[in-house]
Amino acid sequence: MSPIFHIAHKELKDGFRNRWILAITLIFALLSVGISWFGAAGAGVIGFTSLPNTIVSLASLAVFLIPLIALFLAYDAIVGEDEDGTLLLLLTYPLSKGQLLLGKLLGHGTMMGLSTLLGFGASAVTIMIFADGINAMEVIRAFGGFMLSATLLGLVFLAFAYAISAWVSEKSKAAGGALLFWFTFVLIFDLALLGTLVATEGRFHPEVFPFLLLLNPTDVFRLINLVGFEGSGQGVLAMAQDLSFGHGVLYSALIAWLLLPMGIAYGLFLKRPL
Amino acid sequence: MTLIRLDQVHKHFTNVQALQDLTLTLNPGEVLGLFGHNGAGKTTTMKLILGLEKPSQGSVDVLGQSPWRRQFSEQRHQIGFLPESVSFYPQLTGREVLHYFARLKKIDTRQADELLERIGLAHAINRKIKTYSKGMRQRLGLAQALLSQPKLLLLDEPTVGLDPIATQEFYGMVDDLRDQGCGVILCSHVLPGVEKHINRAAILGQGRLRALGSLAELRTQANLPMTIRVSSTLARPALQQQLADLDVSSEGMRPINGHTLEWQSAPGNKMQILRSLAQQPELDDIDIQEPSLESLYRHFVEQSTEVSL
Repeated sequence: MSPIFHIAHKELKDGFRNRWILAITLIFALLSVGISWFGAAGAGVIGFTSLPNTIVSLASLAVFLIPLIALFLAYDAIVGEDEDGTLLLLLTYPLSKGQLLLGKLLGHGTMMGLSTLLGFGASAVTIMIFADGINAMEVIRAFGGFMLSATLLGLVFLAFAYAISAWVSEKSKAAGGALLFWFTFVLIFDLALLGTLVATEGRFHPEVFPFLLLLNPTDVFRLINLVGFEGSGQGVLAMAQDLSFGHGVLYSALIAWLLLPMGIAYGLFLKRPL
Repeated sequence: MTLIRLDQVHKHFTNVQALQDLTLTLNPGEVLGLFGHNGAGKTTTMKLILGLEKPSQGSVDVLGQSPWRRQFSEQRHQIGFLPESVSFYPQLTGREVLHYFARLKKIDTRQADELLERIGLAHAINRKIKTYSKGMRQRLGLAQALLSQPKLLLLDEPTVGLDPIATQEFYGMVDDLRDQGCGVILCSHVLPGVEKHINRAAILGQGRLRALGSLAELRTQANLPMTIRVSSTLARPALQQQLADLDVSSEGMRPINGHTLEWQSAPGNKMQILRSLAQQPELDDIDIQEPSLESLYRHFVEQSTEVSL
């Protein structure tokens, strides 16, 4: 068997051992069940409202949580092994740096996927059982798409974490860098876009603007979960309303967002002094 | 077949000349000690042999291939490496760690269990590494290095932090491996106790090879005096007088106590001195010390700094 699987297996086992998988799954399950059933409480309604509403709410929750979890799962993937002296040892084994990196991605990615499936799956199951007049197939399709894109988003931020981890020389710097990435992509990017839009009163290349959203994987993720549901985009996403990016374009954008930082991580890892 | 052949190897990093003109070989069944200060080039030499660095000039040949090339991956099954102060994965047990490394080397995990027993860790296999003592970690490190019954073993500072008994046991295991035909490079700055376990020593200083050879060869090359110490029933002045009559090149005698004298003599006439001394009935002890690895090391390193100054 390829060393990729042995490395992935170890990461996954570590994930079970230190209760990461359990903790993430529980957080996802509690929050998603809560949002599914009490998300409309602000509007004076308690109980399940509609599938599109639920998915959009879940997406705005996931867009904060998933990048943060992925970054903190993987920020020490390389620099941590380096500090423990195990990186030097592993590289004298019959395995390449690329295999080490892919093994980590497979392991951490499985953890993210599993937690997403179980955590958000929990609320899908409650909806199928308890909500009135809901077609189970529709729930599966809507949640399936959501979970797939959420896992992809997780992978994207795992790849960011590897790039940071391959670049810096100390674990604490990697943690700081991870936090900075999270702020940039989850908070600052959208604020900057909105700011530009407001300052120029919307005259700044309105035809280019929606494409700028593709430059941020979290926005791509939100777009994926808006497409198909009638006009509920808020904030910067409202700009993309008229523009119909298909699922194909959006998923391709997310995959590009996975490959780019993975390539950078690999390049930095190759150049990293031991 | 020669296991390692370094030929006129140079290695420079951005602004450091780490190694200059290093030529070195290692044969099966041989233990080569690699000695030098920090920054002398020991670690760089190890990394070149392990293929973690590429030589700037010259050729590195390990098990018949260039280790920094991609194709060397297959050869890695036959190499064992014990890095300096590796802490492994503190949250895993000894068995889990060794099984992980065994799988990466495509070795049956049962073999890993046997190895744990042989290395004397059977009682601790299910304990987490963080509870291990330094000696136990070092044993686990050695077990890891021995997983694939390597032809070539590289040990980086293997006895740092080990108590004398553990050190002896460790060297005992190295001796066994050598007898089985394994080639070993032992990198260390702890010199006492290593002498008996190495076939040849390579002394590095400031990135250059300062001396290479067996201990006997190095002694001849260094031409350092040996130290002779005798004690006698006679009082010191009488003893001194008696020795002066013998031809034992006894200039510069130092009294150690009332009945003991010590002096240094040029190497080479050890037997002659012994013969003359053995005929003196009043002497009750003779001790001849040849220059230790430490003094040889100091000699070669100091000599080189004088030259470069």
